[in-house]
Parts: sequence; structure tokens; C-alpha cells
Amino acid sequence: MENWSLFSLCVLLGLTSRWAVSFHSYSGAGKPPMFGDYEAQRHWQEVTYNLPVHEWYFNTTNNDLNYWGLDYPPLTAYHSLVCAYVAKLLNPEWVELHASRGYESHSHKLFMRATVLFTDILIYIPAVLLYCFYFCDGSSKQKVATALCILLYPGLILIDYGHFQYNSVSLGLALWGILGLGLGWDLFGSLAFTLALNYKQMELYHSLPFFCYLLGKCIKQGLIGRGFFQLAKISLTVLVTFALCWMPFLSDPKQPLQVLHRLFPFGRGLFEDKVANTWCSLNVLIKIKTLLSRETQLFLSFALTLLFILPSSLKLLSKPNLWQFKLALVNSSLAFFLFSFQVHEKSILLAALPVCLVINEIPLIAIWFLLTSTFSMLPLLVKDGLLLPYVVTSLAFLFLSLYLLSALERSTEEELRLGLYRKLTRHWLPKLNLSRIIKWKFWFSLVAMAALSFTSVWLEPPAKFPDLFPVLVSILSFLHFLGFIIYFNLVQLMEPQRKKSQKKTN
Amino acid sequence: TVMAAPMTNDQSWFYALALGVSFLKCLLINAYHSTDFEVHRNWLALTHSLPVSQWYYEATSEWTLDYPPLFAWFEYGLSHIACFFDKEMLVVPNLNYASPATVLFQRLSVIVADVVFFYAVKEYYNGFLFGVLLLSIARHCQNRHFEGAFLFSVLLNLKHIYLYIAPAYGIYLLRCFCFTQSNADGSLQWRSFSVVRLVILGTIVLSTFAVSFGPFIALGQLPQVLSRLFPFKRGLCHAYWAPNIWALYNIADKAFSILGVKFRLLDINKLPKASMTGGLVQEFQHSVLPSVSPLATLVCTLLSILPALFKIWHRPNGARGFLRCLVICALGSFMFGWHVHEKAIMMAILPLSLLAVDSRKDAGIFLMLSVTSHYSLFPLLFTTQELPIKIFLMLLFTIFSLASLKTLFRKGGALLNPLEVTYLLGLIPLELICEFVYPLTVWQKTFPFLPLMLTSVYCALGVTYAFIRLYISLLTCSDTTKKTKMQ
Repeated sequence: MENWSLFSLCVLLGLTSRWAVSFHSYSGAGKPPMFGDYEAQRHWQEVTYNLPVHEWYFNTTNNDLNYWGLDYPPLTAYHSLVCAYVAKLLNPEWVELHASRGYESHSHKLFMRATVLFTDILIYIPAVLLYCFYFCDGSSKQKVATALCILLYPGLILIDYGHFQYNSVSLGLALWGILGLGLGWDLFGSLAFTLALNYKQMELYHSLPFFCYLLGKCIKQGLIGRGFFQLAKISLTVLVTFALCWMPFLSDPKQPLQVLHRLFPFGRGLFEDKVANTWCSLNVLIKIKTLLSRETQLFLSFALTLLFILPSSLKLLSKPNLWQFKLALVNSSLAFFLFSFQVHEKSILLAALPVCLVINEIPLIAIWFLLTSTFSMLPLLVKDGLLLPYVVTSLAFLFLSLYLLSALERSTEEELRLGLYRKLTRHWLPKLNLSRIIKWKFWFSLVAMAALSFTSVWLEPPAKFPDLFPVLVSILSFLHFLGFIIYFNLVQLMEPQRKKSQKKTN
Repeated sequence: TVMAAPMTNDQSWFYALALGVSFLKCLLINAYHSTDFEVHRNWLALTHSLPVSQWYYEATSEWTLDYPPLFAWFEYGLSHIACFFDKEMLVVPNLNYASPATVLFQRLSVIVADVVFFYAVKEYYNGFLFGVLLLSIARHCQNRHFEGAFLFSVLLNLKHIYLYIAPAYGIYLLRCFCFTQSNADGSLQWRSFSVVRLVILGTIVLSTFAVSFGPFIALGQLPQVLSRLFPFKRGLCHAYWAPNIWALYNIADKAFSILGVKFRLLDINKLPKASMTGGLVQEFQHSVLPSVSPLATLVCTLLSILPALFKIWHRPNGARGFLRCLVICALGSFMFGWHVHEKAIMMAILPLSLLAVDSRKDAGIFLMLSVTSHYSLFPLLFTTQELPIKIFLMLLFTIFSLASLKTLFRKGGALLNPLEVTYLLGLIPLELICEFVYPLTVWQKTFPFLPLMLTSVYCALGVTYAFIRLYISLLTCSDTTKKTKMQ
């Protein structure tokens, strides 16, 4: 089949599954007084449309910050403003100041879902297609298969089109950044990533790899001379972009401070709710939240995060190529997810994006990670009434990706990059078939996740531990993520010279 | 290199596709469910709660039982499983009952029935009944004629719409099966008539009918059953006009009446008041052209399929000829039938899809017909929520069939000529006007059914064109074994 038809079929399948998921419920549906993320987004449209810019992030009589106050950077606010203009055209009641609180209707839901679809088509999907087209090895069938698997990643679909968020914007912009860097368009890549950063501050998880990659490249080009000029140009691009995004807030020094205060609420604790990271899991055994002081918690979290991201970033600095860059992105975002302050379960999507990008090179492990990441959000999805789409999209993703990328066939020791593991076990257990062990672990873990999903929905938790199932889900996911971060770090750090040359190595 | 090889394996692609479609259906469980949902819920309820003697007399709901008895038995069987989902749906007075469990059960039963469909497609290379039809065709092509005949009788007793294609079956079986041999040039050899085969076939068919209709004949209810099955009280056209000849006929009649009034040839007071663009299922008269009665449509239908039947009697072309005749019978009945529903076009498209993979001409006709008829189904899904889904699915299907057929018939030029391409591309502005532009104009209030009329007339042109081309290809095709596909 011709290229264009394969790619269009792939996009259409992605779009159809997205819209089909959007039929289902959203976060906080029919749950006054606070509702959920959906209401938050609607509220931001109301605030940005009706209030002047200098009031958006401040607590005023018209703007109650306790009711879903803006806590994303300015670009989100501008996006909400544009949506609000469209909403006003269609039905002014949707963005009426104060009066539209908790507004829910069928047509409003359609409008909100349509805004997500629109930005997805505009930003995320083209980025995925271009990435697969330029940076995927193999025939065009292989590229289309990769694109389809990335587009069908359940986690992003369920959060954006179910729970309701605009992750496709920030992740899409970050992906454009990666694309730019991969194609050698450093300025464009920096611009795109800075925009992503100004859309959601969580993109900071990706910032260190971007920094190290660009710095490494400039150093290679010689710090005196071309490299220096390049560095200057990149810095200038970043600063100008920041200035443009924050321009309305630069008139008064109080403004940026307040915005930063909203973006980084250190007043809140080490973690909230159940999330599959170290602190929440550790809390089950030792109550660190209450045991240690706020400062110690901050210090511990900072130290551990740094510990896990330094090796990967330094390796990237010394060897700035696309493969190292992608792995560094995975390692950095996973490290932040596991050890950072105030992490939400949705932040796993920031790690899922770079893993999607390596799905063609290490299919089995990538698919395993992506399914685990979706599973880790199960309590959230069940709370939103998204159980059916969760099951269907996860199963569909599992079967389609295993089949299309022949993940189970491409799982020899060399392909799974188990070099170090082999070296470690060579002396004590030379006959060990590591590849088979990995496959068994894969299936076993899937069964465990399925069983836990089933029980957490059908069984009642015992009265003494009402939170039993979300805690079990978090702990199981945490253990998986720990294993993955070790694996990806080893793969990145122990990387020998790549035999295949990349299409565009810089 | 360790790049993926299984893509070339057709078997596994098929399973991947089947799985993908089933997953999509699962996701769409929550989507808008049409009146068909309530129809089936009602039938589940009445077969479950009422004794057999009441089935064809029950009229609490407007959706009375109008399928043959075997389908009623099928619903009866299903109702026993439905008990476990939600007992309330089986209470007849619970009109429009639609609890989440009910919806889930209905959708799941559809998906499970699809398994039959996939099995049938697999055997040869929309639902459960088409599966049985395909299976029957497959058996014929495999020369397992008794099974084919049996399956078709079953089918006929499940849904009497398949009466449309019964003549093709009848003539083909008579000609190719009961006459065991043909002469060298393909003509009939009267001496080879086999009474045994005729008797066996007849027994199979009659016994199936007996099992299905038996209880009702014993109760003396046959006239009532038949009156429910063939309700000629309903009008010439269904609520949304099926894109057949009568749609064009209606439009011509409307045009003439408007022109006639304008040029003072007709008196506006003498014209019948009921407007056919009212969109409801009623009986009315045409104003200028002669009115059409059920008998007239029957005669037209028979006339339209007679040449095809004669052709396969005279020179049957084996399985291919049978399929072609099948398609023409289905299309002819669609084109000229009384109160035809758009969904009936599927009966013609499925066998045509089997032909399309073998001959490039048929591939072109298939593309024309399938795209047109899929588009003509759009008015059935009219909520805004479904709009992206129907556009995406339509594009998916069109691109998929176009690309696969193009790959199959790579050599030998384009599959569609420029006129056909223009016609198909014209569907895009038509959709934009009907779905996006028209609702924003003033005429939306005064003539709300104009977009539907436009859609059905435009599609009727395409369907008529396909019908004529198919007929020409049937009447001019010369020999059995010549394959037009180039390897």
C-alpha cells in the first residue's frame, strides 16, 4: 500500500479512538461543589475572559484562588482565553463570571472535547508523524506501525480525552523540540521546548537533557568560536521567548513572583493522594511525611533526584547524539517522577513520551513501561468512571503493538540490551537465559496488573484499610518504575559504539 | 536484519483487523443508540414474557415483530441470557427502557454475533446475518451446495429481506445443481436433470420453513404473521428516502409540480396537500406523475432482474456468475422495491466486495457503490457527537478499500474514470453544505428535510449508475475462466 494511504489510515485510527474515548465521562462529572479538572479548565476560560491580565494569578473578590486558581504558566492562560472567545460565540453562559460555576451540559462537553481534539490535530499528531517519518529505521510499513503504536498509547488518550487535560499541547511542543534538535535546527527546537515549558511547568523534568544536549553540542563545536556563537544564539532565543510569553506580567515585580508562587507551591507537602513514587510508597512503611521536617524532606528529595539524573546528564553532555538524548529524557523524567516534590500521578506521561520514542528500538521494554504507566493511573481513571475505555485501550494497545512491532520476536539478549546483566551473572549463573526470564517477567507482571485491576473494581476493600487497592496499585507500579529507571540508566551509561548509524547524528 | 516480517502474512493481518474493529465497537458502546435498540429490547421482552401464540399479535409498543419466526426464536434464546444482565428490560410495558446494563448487553450480543461474521469472511476469504449469507455463498463456491441451500433457507427465515435475492439462488441452484452437466459451450443439457438433487434441495428448504413457521401454521396465525412481515400500509419511501429510483421519481414529480404551478399549467388547489418532503412514513399521492402502487414496484423489480436470471440460466459462469446475478437481484430490488430502507444496500455490497478482488471492472463499480451507499447512511447518525466518528470511519473505509484495490490492480491504469472521481469528490461539498452550511441558513426552519432529500437524490444517481454498469458487465461477459486481473 502506498505511503500516504498507510499514514492517513494510521491517523484516522488514532483520531477515531480518541473521539470514541471522549464519549465517556470526565473528571468531576456531576460532583459538586468542587467537580474536577474539567471544571478547572472551564473556570480558567471564565477567569481569563472576564478579568484583566494582572488579576489572573491573584486572589481578589472576583478571583477566588481556592476554587481552581490558575497554577500553570501563562501560555495555558492564553490558550484558555482563546477557547473562551470561541465559547462566548457559541454560548455566553459557558463563561459567565461567577454564574457559570459548575456548568455542565451535553453541548458544553462536546465543545470542550472538540478543543482538545483541535489542539491535538494541530500540535501533537503532526509531531508524532514527522518523528516516525524522519527518525524511524526500517521500511515505511515499520514507520507507520510505530506511529500507530505511539498514537494509540492509552495513558495520553485517557487523560486528555477522558479525565480532561491538554497534555497533548505541552508534550506535543516538547516533541517538536526533540524533532528540531534531531534535525539539527537547534534554534527551532529550543523555541519549541521553551514554549512547552511555558505551557506546563512540569516540562522542567525534560529541561536538563535539553540543556546538556545543546551544551554538549556547542562544546563539541568548540567553546571558542562557532560553539560559543551557537550557545549565545540559543540562550538569546530562550530568553526572548520567555520575555514574550511573560510580557504582560513584567510590568510589576509582584506579578512574576506571584505566578511563580502559584506554579511551585512548596507550601504543599511531599506528596498528595496516592502516587507511584518513592515517598508515597515509603510512607506506607515509615511515615516520613510526619517524621521529617519540611526542610529535610525538601533536601532529601532534591539530593536523590540529583543523584539519579547526574550520571545520565553527564553522559549526554559527553556524547550528544539523538539516542543518548532520548534515553536521557527518559531517565531524567523518571528520576523527577520518583523522587521529586509534589508529584502527581499524571506526571508519568512526561516519562511516557520519551519511552514512546524508543519503542522501535526496544519494543518489549517500552510496551511494558507504557502499559505500567497506564496501570499506575488506574485509581484516578476508576474515580472518573473510565474503566471501560481503560480496559479496551490497554488491551488494544497491548495486542496491536506486540503484533505490529513483533516485540516478542525481537527480544534476544542483544536487542534487549542486557549486556551488563549478562556480565554480572556470567560468573555465577552462566546458563541463565536472560531473554526468557525477561519475557516471563513481562507476562507475569501483566497478569498481576490485570488481576489487581479486576480486584480493585469488583471487590470491596476491608474496612480497616479502605485505601488498600490504590495503595497496592501505587506500590506495584513503583516497583516496576524502579526497575525501569535502573534498566534505562544502564542502557544509556553502558552504551557501546552504536553499530547502525543514525539518520541524522549531530 | 531483524525487521518485522509478519506484515506480509495475510492471516494475521486479518485477525489484527478483526480485533481492532471489535475493540472500536467496545469503545463506542456509550454512543448514541438508535430506535433499533428499543426495537430489539421490545422483541426480547415479548418473546420472553409472552406465550408463542401472542408473539405476532402483541402491539403495546409501536415496534411490532416484523421479522420471520426463526429470528423470533433467536431473540427468545438471547432473552434467557439477558435475564442475567437486567431483568427489567424484559418487561414489555417498559418502553424505551435503557439502563446501562441493558445497553451493555445489547452491544455485547452484537459483538459476539460478529464472531459469526468474521468466521464467514475467513471461510471465503455488518453483522451476524450477513455472516450467514456469506457463509452460504462460500459453501456454494466450495461446491458444498446442500449446506449453502440450507444456510440460505435459515437466512430467509431469519430476515425475509433476503427474499430479494432468493430468485438468484433459485435459478442458480436449479440450473447448476439440478442439471448436473452442461454442454461444451456452456448451454443447457436437458437430459442431465437430476430429480434426486431437486428433491433433496426441496426437502431442505421446506423443512427449514416448517421448523420456523410450523408453530404459527398450527395455530392458524399464518395470515397475521404474513401481514406483520409485509406491511404494505407503509409508504413508498422510508422516512429518509433510500437512494433508489423512487427517490428520483419523487424529485421529478416535485419539480414538475412546482414548474407546473409556476407556468399556470396546474391549479395549486387541486394538488394533494401532503408533502412527501415531510419525512414521515405515510401514504401519499404523487401530484403530476402517476402514483406508484406496491404491485407496480413488484412488477418493476421482477422486470429489472429478469434479464440477469435469464443470463445465468442460459450461460452460467460458475460461482462468479452466480455472485454477479446475486448482486444484481439485490440491487434491482433495492432500486425498485416498496418501502426500501437504506441499510438494504448492504446486501448488494457484500457479494460485490467478493467480486471486486478478482476483477478490475468490478473493483471500480464496487468503489463507486460502496462509497456512495456509505455516505447515504450518514443521515441515520445525526447527532453532533457522532459527526467526527462517522466522518473518520467513512474516510477510513474509503481510503482502505481504495488503497488495497489499487495495490491489487497495480497495472492497467486507474480504477475509476474522471467522471466517477468527480462524482465521489462531489460528496465532500455535499457533506459540508448539508451538515455545516445549511443548518446556519434561514431555510433550516422552513424546509428541514432538504439536506436529506439532496443526499438521497445525489446518492441515487450514483447507485443507478452502478446498477447500469453492473448489468452491462453481466450481459457482455463472455467466458468463465478468463480472469481480468493481471498478476
